[in-house]
Amino acid sequence: MSMIPHPVVSILVTILWMVLTGFSTGQLVLGVLVGLIAGVGYGRLATDRVRLRRPGMMLRLAGRVALDIIQSNYNVAALILHDRRRHRRKSGFVRIPLDLTNRNALATLAIIVTSTPGTAWIDLDPDDNHLLLHVFDLKDEDDWAHTIKTRYEPLLMEIFR
Amino acid sequence: MTHLEQLPPSVALIIAAFVALGSILTLIGALGLIRLGNFYDRLHAPTLATSWGAGGILLGSVMMFSTLGSRLVVPELFLGLMMLVTTPVTLMVLGRAALHRDRAEGRAPYDTLPLSKK
Amino acid sequence: MTPALILAWVLLLSQVCLVSALVLASMRAIRGPRAQDRVTGLDTMYVCAMLLMVVTGMRQGTHFLFEAALVIGTLGFVATTAMAKFLLRGEVIE
Repeated sequence: MSMIPHPVVSILVTILWMVLTGFSTGQLVLGVLVGLIAGVGYGRLATDRVRLRRPGMMLRLAGRVALDIIQSNYNVAALILHDRRRHRRKSGFVRIPLDLTNRNALATLAIIVTSTPGTAWIDLDPDDNHLLLHVFDLKDEDDWAHTIKTRYEPLLMEIFR
Repeated sequence: MTHLEQLPPSVALIIAAFVALGSILTLIGALGLIRLGNFYDRLHAPTLATSWGAGGILLGSVMMFSTLGSRLVVPELFLGLMMLVTTPVTLMVLGRAALHRDRAEGRAPYDTLPLSKK
Repeated sequence: MTPALILAWVLLLSQVCLVSALVLASMRAIRGPRAQDRVTGLDTMYVCAMLLMVVTGMRQGTHFLFEAALVIGTLGFVATTAMAKFLLRGEVIE
């Protein structure tokens, strides 16, 4: 094992340290030290290396997620405020078969799905790779499966190939 | 002269809009936490506070201190990023815990059962 | 009404909103009915307290309270995850 097992993690932690404490030579030395230790610690924790490809695809995914979060924020806020008047809203669980198997891609999908208001990742069935999703405003089950499968899954598959 | 008067008028108005949006969304999220009927519905309410609720307030803070100090102040962005990454983890574990407990007591919602047991 | 005055009022009202949100979340934490509801309430309380720190710092024009917000955010995440893990398995560290 080399001196710097995870250079990206170390550099990110060092930058973070500098941003939070201030830019000076002393803090840089301390930051680099903390970054190296963090890299070793990350190496102990993580089982597989993250391979990211296609930065353009990552930007597209980030933009798509940002738009979806804004839109569903509005939807959920409106639904909460009108909940007493309209009792037609029905929430429920949806099971979606996933083709993704990469653990890091699944973790990213979990973050996307859960940080979007209105959908919550509940469980992933390890036997048949089915995702159990709770949807706040369930109009059509297939619609949600379609959203996940077409909007996020192909991009994630490309990024974490 | 307070620090608020040192801000350019247009920047002050933009900050006010962001902070108002953020705090109102946080309030709606907390309201949802009280009003909604069952646990799985309530699980969605805090995401309002942690996505654009926190985002609006933190962006306002970034703009305010960047303009006042006339240099880019970024720690807030880190805090926002941290919220974006950590909240799903808590909510996911909470959702799984709730389902686990409901299953253990034999009163899990019907549509959560695995296909093989339906 | 000058923009600075509007901003001052918005910051004050935002503090009121966040404190109300904190009270609502604590009501959920007290009322339950089940343990997972209480943990969700506590998590929201942490988020509201953190945002309240940021807004208070903006009102006073200092950046010092930001560190407090950072600590609240980190502790809130660790605490909630630990409690949720406990509900899931009955033990925190496996």
